[in-house]
Amino acid sequence: MSNEGTLHGHAEVITTHEVHHDEHAVHHHKETFITKYVFSQDHKMICKQFLITGMIWAILGGLMSVVFRLQLGYPDTAMPWLEDIFGKWAKGGKIQPEFYYALVTMHGTVLVFFVLTGGLSGTFANFLIPLQAGARDMASPFLNMLSYWFFFMASVVIFSSLFLSTGPASGGWTVYPPLSALGDANEGSKAGMDFWIIGMALFVVSSLLGGLNYISTILNMRTKGMSMTRLPLTLWAIFFTAVLGVLSFPVLLSGLILLLFDRHAGTSFYLSDLFIASTQKALPNEGGSAILFQHLFWFLGHPEVYIIILPAMGLVSEVMAVNSRKPIFGYMAMVGSLFAIAILAFLVWAHHMFVTGLNPFLGSVFVLLTLLIAVPSAIKVFNWLTTLWRGNIRFTPAMLFAIGFVSLFISGGLTGIFLGNSTLDMHLHDTYFVIAHFHIVMGVSAFFGMFCGVYHWFPKMYGRYMNNIMAYIHFWVTFAGAYLIFWPMHYEGLAGMPRRYLDYSGWASFNQFTDLNRFISTVAMVVFAVQLMFVFNFFYSIFKGRKVTTQNPWGANTLEWTTPIHAGHGNWPGEIPEVHRWAYDYGKDGRDFIPQTEPIGAQESKH
Amino acid sequence: MSTIFLFLILLFGFLITFQIAKASEYVGILKGEKKNFEQNNRVNGFLMIVFLVLGLVGVYWCNELFKGKILGESASNHGQQIDKMLYITIAITGVVFFITQILLFWFAFKFQFSEKRKAYYFPHDNRLELIWTVVPAIALTVLVGFGLFYWFRITGDAPKEAMVVEVTGKQFSWIFRYPGKDNIFGKKYFQYISDAKNNQLGLIWDDPASHDDIVVGQTMYLVVNRPVKLVVNSRDVIHDVGLSHFRMKMDAVPGTPTSMWFTPLFTTEEMKKKTGNPDFEYEISCDQMCGKGHFSMKGIIKVVTESEFILWRARQKSNYVQIFPEKDPMNQPKTDTSKRVVTAALTKEPADNMLAKKK
Repeated sequence: MSNEGTLHGHAEVITTHEVHHDEHAVHHHKETFITKYVFSQDHKMICKQFLITGMIWAILGGLMSVVFRLQLGYPDTAMPWLEDIFGKWAKGGKIQPEFYYALVTMHGTVLVFFVLTGGLSGTFANFLIPLQAGARDMASPFLNMLSYWFFFMASVVIFSSLFLSTGPASGGWTVYPPLSALGDANEGSKAGMDFWIIGMALFVVSSLLGGLNYISTILNMRTKGMSMTRLPLTLWAIFFTAVLGVLSFPVLLSGLILLLFDRHAGTSFYLSDLFIASTQKALPNEGGSAILFQHLFWFLGHPEVYIIILPAMGLVSEVMAVNSRKPIFGYMAMVGSLFAIAILAFLVWAHHMFVTGLNPFLGSVFVLLTLLIAVPSAIKVFNWLTTLWRGNIRFTPAMLFAIGFVSLFISGGLTGIFLGNSTLDMHLHDTYFVIAHFHIVMGVSAFFGMFCGVYHWFPKMYGRYMNNIMAYIHFWVTFAGAYLIFWPMHYEGLAGMPRRYLDYSGWASFNQFTDLNRFISTVAMVVFAVQLMFVFNFFYSIFKGRKVTTQNPWGANTLEWTTPIHAGHGNWPGEIPEVHRWAYDYGKDGRDFIPQTEPIGAQESKH
Repeated sequence: MSTIFLFLILLFGFLITFQIAKASEYVGILKGEKKNFEQNNRVNGFLMIVFLVLGLVGVYWCNELFKGKILGESASNHGQQIDKMLYITIAITGVVFFITQILLFWFAFKFQFSEKRKAYYFPHDNRLELIWTVVPAIALTVLVGFGLFYWFRITGDAPKEAMVVEVTGKQFSWIFRYPGKDNIFGKKYFQYISDAKNNQLGLIWDDPASHDDIVVGQTMYLVVNRPVKLVVNSRDVIHDVGLSHFRMKMDAVPGTPTSMWFTPLFTTEEMKKKTGNPDFEYEISCDQMCGKGHFSMKGIIKVVTESEFILWRARQKSNYVQIFPEKDPMNQPKTDTSKRVVTAALTKEPADNMLAKKK
């Protein structure tokens, strides 16, 4: 895999590489089914592996939410068919508490890590980095392949934990000890928790292998002329995402290893002063701090939400510029705000811990740093709005999702200002307000970013289009549904209604929302059904979609659209094109778009 | 049966949608790609404005529907400050919300594709970017300022006259301890916890301060208009004392006591009248996932007048007396010597262990 652009001054190296890859292009090594589809080292195939694995997880994670929404909407109704499917977990057609908590825990774990981290970053980092930076593949295709297979192994471990007789982990996706450390306190903290830790360890390995690869590819393997400031915003976003992951995932792993020690080696990192009611025994542990785990967890956990949302921001920025037929407004400010968010991501973790007994002064520092994030976020929103202003907007499905993303990001971002303020967090912490906030701002938004990316790059991935009408229905139902589900939840949160309750009927303070809960559950099921339609559209279109006939169907500037419609391993049949300009010359000098590969004309105006 | 029926309807609906989607794709090809695109674009552009209008109506309607259900006036002094902070935040973020959402959908509608329009090449503008860096920064400074002002008032030290109650969470209920007449909590050690011996908190009987400590479950009594400091503990996993009517919350962390204080402003009786709900109770909800009974981990707070409280406390037997009824001062024989002997005999064995471990 050669890269001409970045090896200035090493003429000899360049020639050897050139010779090598020319040979490579002539004698195509023989591809078997295994090397092409299973243990593939082609970044485009690895992207599809991540995407499809992510989709399977998304369906499972979504199904879990449908099941627990059934419980929340109809807490008094017995549904015997549930028992037919889930056996003892839904005895008498009623979802058992242990099962409910296992569902919410796995829903969170699956969607946060396996869909919106693995599925989103894995898909688009793999697909877009080599194609948009102008490289034949990743810096290390082999590590890249391992990254997927570690992800796959992590998936297998987590998936198999669903079938344990004591159930999967059920202490919430944040797995706070002591609950997650004590099998006697919680069924899911028996074998389920060990599976969870092992699964997550494999996931961290996958994410590090991937992340290091993404960083080194972006830094070292850009094509000639592709300076960092000419990179499309997608790659900037993915770059910062990878940096965040590489710096924060190891901290999670260390926290989990200490948890593993507490569970099995008799250590007391997190345990102190415990008396277990189910066994009527006091444990010997003394001197540990349960809060230590929360610090370690959220040191990853907070950057993690940016790991989820930054790639979505990148995809949206790119798609929005292409379909407004206008440059993205304030390119450098967009990069700068991504950078600011990435830095601040490491300095705000304790805002998840305002009510843990944290020193109030320390709390105030975290309030300040947390609310600071609103500034780069505001810059991004206003820049997106200005990008739309006086554009010539084409509502492709990808563009619809990009606009939806901005709307949701505004709504969810603003409620972050409530929660980041420790005074309000005292009341709102761990209520439905939090559920509404993070589902809108990182759950649904990130999904919108992902849909936006899938619809936009599907023609490049498979050489076919997805069906537009189904895409429009998918967008409008999901968009309206997301607001119908999560907007009223803010009111439940303002009433102090706690999250992770499976039945509110015993509470005088929170039972006034029975009808609302039923309504939310109904909408959630409709929205889930529409996602299945998307999945159908996706797979149907791979085989039967309308064929792409032009190399550059969206009229975009970036390099991936200079490759053949069905690009082979290596991406460009001849030499990698040279880049002469940034990626956003749309509508310049009266021209609809000017690809990055076109040299600057003599008469061209400066921007 | 109805499930299968529902499933069939869904499947049928899906098939119809799919057929329509497929057919319109063919129609599109027949009509010409360009014309088809323009038509779809107009529909989606129109839907943008429809969504905006319906959305704004929906926001208003949702507020009308639920504003009466969010607990009403706060029942604590701190809660009232938190509510004030909430209104300030809603006002500022509300303005931003409406401006940005309206601009977003309006721009999308207004600048939808048209043959005649040329997109305006507008890559950056330092003045504009400066404006929307500085203005949000100022707005946030205001919010941080108000927030921290209230935060330090709320988390500051409790007044000296505050009543102190210890709250301990366990799977899945709450235990409350009052210091008794001496106003000092007796020492405790978790290894001495025993539900069988009715020592739920592991009090050390060697410490005389523990003898008058009152330990109750389920219901905590507080005095209206008297500041109360809650010292929060946990016996097993992390719980959280959630007091939605007082707008307060604090985690119960095993091994690390935490605290919060506030002043209840209305008695339970007053709240019954205020809310028009004869069954009103202040409820303590557990707000930190603590296991399978998390959703049912409820406690009650009765806010009463000073005199009612004194009456209630007088009726309570201390934990010590419950275990050693013969130590009840009510049942005491008059002679002092016999009392001392009995005490020594009864507390001998735990006493030795305790001193060795604790001191």
